[in-house]
Amino acid sequence: MKPLTMFAIALCAAATAGAATLSLAIHGETIHTMVGPAIKDGLILIRDGKITYVGPAAGQIVPADHQIIRAKVATPGLIDARSTVGLSGLLNQPQDQDMLEKSAPMQPELRAIDAYNARDPLVAWVRSFGVTTLNTGHAPGALISGQTMIIKTGGHSVESDLVNPAAMIAVSLGSSGVIRAEGPAAAKSPGTRAKAVAMLRAELIKAQEYAKKREAKDETKRPNRDLRLEALLRGLDGTQRFLITAHRQQDILAALRLAREFSLDLVLDGCAEAHLVLAEIKASGFPVILHPTMARANEDSENLAMDTAGKLAAAGIPFAFQSGYESYVPKTRVVLFEAAVAAGKGLGFDRALAGVTVDAARILGVADRLGSLAPGKDADLALFDGDPFEYTTHAIGTVVNGRLFADGPH
Amino acid sequence: MPSHILAVATACLSLAVAALAQETPVAFTGAEIIPITGEPIANGVLVVQRGKILAVGSVSSITIPPGAETRDVRGKVIMPGLVDSHSHIGGAQGADGSSPIQPDVRVLDAVDVRHPSIQKAQAGGITAANVMPGSGHLISGQTLYLKLRDGRVIDDLLIKLADGTIAGGLKMANGTNSIRTPGGPFPGSRAKSAALVREQYIKAQEYKSKIERAKGDPEKLPARDLSLEMLVEVLDGKRIVQHHTHRHDDILTVLRLQKEFSFKVVLHHVSEAAKVAAEIAAAGVPSSIIIIDSPGGKLEARDLTMENCAALEKAGAAVGLHTDDGVTDSRHFLRSAALAVRAGMTRAGALRAVTIANAKMLGLDARMGSLEPGKDADFIVLSGDPLSVYTQVEQTWIEGMKVFDLSDSKDRLYALGGAGAGDPRRVQLCCFGSAWDIIIAANGGEK
Repeated sequence: MKPLTMFAIALCAAATAGAATLSLAIHGETIHTMVGPAIKDGLILIRDGKITYVGPAAGQIVPADHQIIRAKVATPGLIDARSTVGLSGLLNQPQDQDMLEKSAPMQPELRAIDAYNARDPLVAWVRSFGVTTLNTGHAPGALISGQTMIIKTGGHSVESDLVNPAAMIAVSLGSSGVIRAEGPAAAKSPGTRAKAVAMLRAELIKAQEYAKKREAKDETKRPNRDLRLEALLRGLDGTQRFLITAHRQQDILAALRLAREFSLDLVLDGCAEAHLVLAEIKASGFPVILHPTMARANEDSENLAMDTAGKLAAAGIPFAFQSGYESYVPKTRVVLFEAAVAAGKGLGFDRALAGVTVDAARILGVADRLGSLAPGKDADLALFDGDPFEYTTHAIGTVVNGRLFADGPH
Repeated sequence: MPSHILAVATACLSLAVAALAQETPVAFTGAEIIPITGEPIANGVLVVQRGKILAVGSVSSITIPPGAETRDVRGKVIMPGLVDSHSHIGGAQGADGSSPIQPDVRVLDAVDVRHPSIQKAQAGGITAANVMPGSGHLISGQTLYLKLRDGRVIDDLLIKLADGTIAGGLKMANGTNSIRTPGGPFPGSRAKSAALVREQYIKAQEYKSKIERAKGDPEKLPARDLSLEMLVEVLDGKRIVQHHTHRHDDILTVLRLQKEFSFKVVLHHVSEAAKVAAEIAAAGVPSSIIIIDSPGGKLEARDLTMENCAALEKAGAAVGLHTDDGVTDSRHFLRSAALAVRAGMTRAGALRAVTIANAKMLGLDARMGSLEPGKDADFIVLSGDPLSVYTQVEQTWIEGMKVFDLSDSKDRLYALGGAGAGDPRRVQLCCFGSAWDIIIAANGGEK
């Protein structure tokens, strides 16, 4: 029996027996902590879902109750910075496609938490490739499609896996935000790029006025509660950031213009033509969640390039990778693969790994808990039998909140 | 002389020079050569002339012909040009919605040779592809086996067989793609799909025997039927059926029909191949497989697994890979081979699956798919291991002519993408037709 197979069986046994409270000792030939140089012959100790030790294995005593796991390479659990997994399911049938509501062009009140299926096979699928955290939710395709949330891939329930139930408000500019509503709402949907931006401006101003009226001293003059405007207010006061999907350079610039007008805190999404407006993005200070490296180049994204991540890195623009949304196949991309191809197309190993770990955590605002390996951080890890980005390497185990999953080896 | 005329004249001259260069043997020396049909050669030489491979072997075993031009490619890896057994590059569509069975429709009449997907395929190292109509019909039309030469018109990319016919297959499909709401001409169920196909092949058998009985007598010959003519080619083994199929039971239905009508068939996609690997192997039918980054997308692909390649290989069945471009991108074709290895296939098997195995599935292995003397000089120059994410396709050569070079900024645009990569290619060839016409002329009409 090959060593890998034996190891896989050992992992499966561990996963079957594994309770959430299992204590683990990960012995890694190379450990990428993302907060310092890689550790050779290193050790990670895990108890109660948290990391208790990261450092050299030499001289460190492994407590007797820790199960020892060996891996060639250990990294922080991978973070997919923009996904629809759990709202869009594997089957692609109407009953498992909840990522886009087409009854109206702007519905910021739709919450990912009310639609996420923690047990959809796609959740386990991405987890089997080392993904431990998703920023998942409503897809591009409506002017405001809803909200995203940040969730672990534990696969039990939305509540038990939650990190941030209301992370971002998803906005689409360009052709993906234009005339996508159906039924009676189609007439109220924008038909052009300029109209879409005009509608957004009007809606944001309405939210600002709603906020003023709610402050009215005379309670009887206060407006009835409006969940849609309340969601936008959370965007306007910075509680929730706007995640604006924009591919064409003019749409990216329109997003930046909106941000200036309303002092919005943005995360730019997609950005197929980011390579044409690097200076403007850099000046804005906003981060980019870049389209999947292997995304199809069509319509608004026909000018996307596989070396854009390298250009963002060179320009000093913070960015992270995403699996994005696919209407057909693959029903989800795997963020490990998207980072891998970028690594091979000019970005290099270190920045590619940062784009699915520590940099993604910073952009999602969860770097205090996720994205790097240090005592006190969540015990989320991805284990590999070689360079994580090499096509022929296997993901041999994934640790989520201290719980070991071995769905693979994949 | 006006400058534009001068430019035209210069362009034509450079073409003629390129064609003449084919007369001079070119030796690529020092690379690791993966011939596919033989063991890898650490320090190899590949000699090409007039679009064919003259010699391939180790530096110590090959005598470079006197007067040959030598190119130092030390540190690189050379392997055969990739053959994609299922692609939709060129933006073509086949059959329309009028009927589920349209063997008379030719994708030949619809391929756009200036479509950027063809340049992107060259950038991915693909030198030949089976360009197919879609899978929304039981029979959606005739496929086209193309060499991805830098063509001006579709004729420049065609492969002519010994009898002068244009190389291509016949696209068939079963499962859910060709099933539509009952009431129209399309089948509403799997059994009906098979019944319609059987009916059609029986018609073709009768058409064939009518022609045979007529013995050339125009009075007795049946009226020409373009659809049945195609199916007779299939029955005669002259045209290979390229059959889309996903679920294990649909795969077995194809094998059942194949047995009944003894046509040559290649199974495509075969998402559940691992479940019926023994049956596929026993039928002696090859499979062309797609690797997709996650399963699903439709019910019949729910159980798609990357382990299909390994399962078929282990069962002893022939395995090829395909892009199904735009389902996966031609530029990531070698990645599919690597992912097959990740999921248990042998390295040698995976490399065959993107070269010689596919050439066999198109009936073109006598001229492509491996580096052997006498075969077409279709090869790629890689920066390193073909299965590594860090490796780049640096050059793609077809019949001794370079069609892609990563160091050329125009080609690089198609390799990586960027502003303009979605635009149709501007063809710059001029007055004498294509470069290929010139080569044909230079070789006395032979290619």
